[in-house]
Amino acid sequence: MGFISSNRNNEQLLSKIATNDGHGENSSYFEGWKAYDSDPYHSTQNPNGVIQMGLAENELCFDLIQEWVQNNPKASICTAEGANEFKEIAISQDYHGLPEFRQGVAKFMGKVRGDRVTFDPDRIVMSGGATGAHETLAFCLADPGDAFLVPTPYYPGFDRDLRWRTGTQIVPVVCESSNNFKLTKEALEAAFQKATEAKIRVKGLLITNPSNPLGTILDRDTLKTLVRFTNDKNIHLVCDEIYAATVFNQPGFISIAEIIEEELYCNRDLIHIVYSLSKDLGFPGFRVGIVYSYNDQVTSCARKMSSFGLVSTQTQHLIGSLLSDDIFTEKFIAESADRLAKRHEIFIKGLAQVGIGSLKSNAGLFFWMDLRRLLKEPTIEAETALWRLIIHEVKLNVSPGSSFHCSDPGWFRVCFANMDDDTVKIALRRIRNFVLQRKGLDQGPAKRPCWQNKLQVSLSFRRLDDFVMAPHRMSPHSPISSPLVRARN
Amino acid sequence: MAIEIEQPRVGLSKIAVSKTHGEDSPYFAGWKAYDENPYEEFGNPSGVIQMGLAENQVSFDMLEDYLEQHSEEASWGKKASGFRENALFQDYHGLQFFRKAMASFMEQIRGGRAKFNPDRVVITAGATAANELLTFILADPGDALLVPTPYYPGFDRDLRWRTGVNIVPIHCDSSNNFQVTPQALEAAYKSAESMNIKVRGVLITNPSNPLGVTIHRSTLEHILDFVTLKNIHLVSDEIYSGSVFSPTEFTSVAEILQWRNYKDCERVHIVYSLSKDLGLPGFRVGTIYSYNDQVVTTARRMSSFTLISSQTQQLLGLMLSDEKFTGNYITKNRDRLRNRYEKMISGLRNAGVECLEGNAGLFCWVNLSPLLESQTRESELAVWDLILHRVKLNISPGSSCHCSEPGWFRVCFANMSEKTLEVALKRIQIFMEERKIKSD
Repeated sequence: MGFISSNRNNEQLLSKIATNDGHGENSSYFEGWKAYDSDPYHSTQNPNGVIQMGLAENELCFDLIQEWVQNNPKASICTAEGANEFKEIAISQDYHGLPEFRQGVAKFMGKVRGDRVTFDPDRIVMSGGATGAHETLAFCLADPGDAFLVPTPYYPGFDRDLRWRTGTQIVPVVCESSNNFKLTKEALEAAFQKATEAKIRVKGLLITNPSNPLGTILDRDTLKTLVRFTNDKNIHLVCDEIYAATVFNQPGFISIAEIIEEELYCNRDLIHIVYSLSKDLGFPGFRVGIVYSYNDQVTSCARKMSSFGLVSTQTQHLIGSLLSDDIFTEKFIAESADRLAKRHEIFIKGLAQVGIGSLKSNAGLFFWMDLRRLLKEPTIEAETALWRLIIHEVKLNVSPGSSFHCSDPGWFRVCFANMDDDTVKIALRRIRNFVLQRKGLDQGPAKRPCWQNKLQVSLSFRRLDDFVMAPHRMSPHSPISSPLVRARN
Repeated sequence: MAIEIEQPRVGLSKIAVSKTHGEDSPYFAGWKAYDENPYEEFGNPSGVIQMGLAENQVSFDMLEDYLEQHSEEASWGKKASGFRENALFQDYHGLQFFRKAMASFMEQIRGGRAKFNPDRVVITAGATAANELLTFILADPGDALLVPTPYYPGFDRDLRWRTGVNIVPIHCDSSNNFQVTPQALEAAYKSAESMNIKVRGVLITNPSNPLGVTIHRSTLEHILDFVTLKNIHLVSDEIYSGSVFSPTEFTSVAEILQWRNYKDCERVHIVYSLSKDLGLPGFRVGTIYSYNDQVVTTARRMSSFTLISSQTQQLLGLMLSDEKFTGNYITKNRDRLRNRYEKMISGLRNAGVECLEGNAGLFCWVNLSPLLESQTRESELAVWDLILHRVKLNISPGSSCHCSEPGWFRVCFANMSEKTLEVALKRIQIFMEERKIKSD
């Protein structure tokens, strides 16, 4: 039903916040989604569609959760077994949250960190997903015009979450590929200095650990450096640990919660953790965001603000039951890491065989793919051109590094946990075909080392195919039968 | 063990240290008294009875019956096969069938007198979030929304705290049963102008909280004309629309717009929630219905900060799609609320207490001004304190609702069993008798 909306003076009718770009949807990060939405891959209905590799979702362990849900009908208050609790739960709008919910989440957070630290259920504060948690903390810690330092590359959503309605700014801490994007004290100091010179008041540093989009974790030394840096400057340290349970290989994850136990002089009033169940458990729809602050005043303020984004008590009840089941959570954490590791390995190996590298990583639902050598020139424009090619011709929605504010063009974030095994094979095949095709077109001597690599690994193609392809089927698109490979051999 | 070292106090934001969250208001102080000494029929019969919480507990049995009959579908279908898809769904458009169900429920409540397009329904985690979100979209920091008094105390936080927007009151009083007059509207607008504050809109609650009355159609028409003339917005919070005792007494602004062929509709936005009509405040189900395309788009983007759990959308989408169930629920709920109200009024009248003639909501607007020593806010708070600690009833003083006339109190009647209501009425009766004896 349309309205003959005159929309006269519509622009002036709305606020500045409503009419600016702060929602961030004009970013290229979302352009790929649009391409996907208009032509989504489906194994039978649309086999040539765009495969979504731009969505950091964890779909590998739903069988485990589904099994639990089936075996625990009481946890869903809309079942016959759970219905007697319905009224009590439906009425409760206390922003402290159901005790069993807070206890379950605190326990789970501890388990994810190998029980090396414990979390206090009374510090668990709800928010509308991690999206809401970040905005809430920005509202609590900073005034309009103040800034947060954020290491690049970073999750594009931060531009909206930290800045849109709060009026705070982001000052990037540039991390470069030359040292594997390590976060250095020099980079921190440089960013802080830059802000100070521009007369911008820095209120905090926001890190994501494990990192999105890098998939790496911060080592102990770096974490201690961050704590000392923020203590010295008397600014807040916000640690987004939303991917904590997606660490699938050594070295093990170290949480800021562990560091502050070790750092004697750390001012705990500066330390705040953001968490959510969207990535570790795969429940983005349930909107379970958590603000965990070691600062009593922030905890209290965030709790009041949580009125604007409480978790549905129906969901609190389910989560509380799920996460209090130790047998389940331990099994889940281990199994999830295992499946992520396997998935990760398939991609990394498959890409390595066509000379595509990625940043060495051990966490997250994605890897940071290095396509710098495929760029015509090391610029954002060239990266964007390559990205458009990948979306529209290779039909993969991957995320360009520039949308993460990466200072070095040519990197792409590729998600691997949001698809089934068959789609994995097809995605890999497409990437490999594309790369081989590109190399075939490019006759420059600089490329020779790659082809030499190709010869060396030709045998391992066969092994990979055994691993990746169905045992009885040799696809006509198999690299072994590819004319390009044969020609070069 | 950390060594105690004098740390420089780290600054938090101005928002964080302000008191605009409103929790120091007496509205909440009474809750504390209740929490410390809650009434229980057998366990604590002399405890405080909570009459300050506008909750609807009279119709839960119908919801429970529904769940019993539809338990499998309600919980993700056979063998929880729908779980995965539901858990992954984070699209800020919300589940289509949920929006459709909400739109149809809103239509049913209005007796089909207004149509709602599911594509204009934006989901938020409760009306609290909806009101704040709309304020962010319609006004800049320092601007104002005009709000008729008395109003729901939560607006002080929802409309002002993080947004930086002001509330300028439209003063209403008992001389005309607290209805909004053209003079009061104009006076409020001029008052804002004189303070150099830009007015961006008018926010009304219809039916009204705390008055428990619907707004007259002619008043709504006038308000609509006023906002059109001033080129500002109208937000109509219709959260109690399903709690009107008689189906014909409620006129939604949606009906008037439809009747006017949607002329000048782009300035109108409706807030709704299931917290009152369905009695599900814990589920955080709020919606914004806007006739303005840009507001819909922007509100949808902003709702990322406050979406409804997909699990809850699934359950309620199912329930509200069942028109037989909803039709029956709406009718019975109305009847039960009306019965409660009548019981309340008659009990109060027997005790010699007058209240505003109400026709909606979960509360009565009670006139205790004869009890006040002087017609002042301080006297009102003294009476409130007496009632809380002597009579052991937590009721809400009008001053916490910014009522300009001292002596009025909001008394809730739907958040307790009938028996408890009888006990409360008895206590009031005894208290009033004692007062009468004292003064005789």
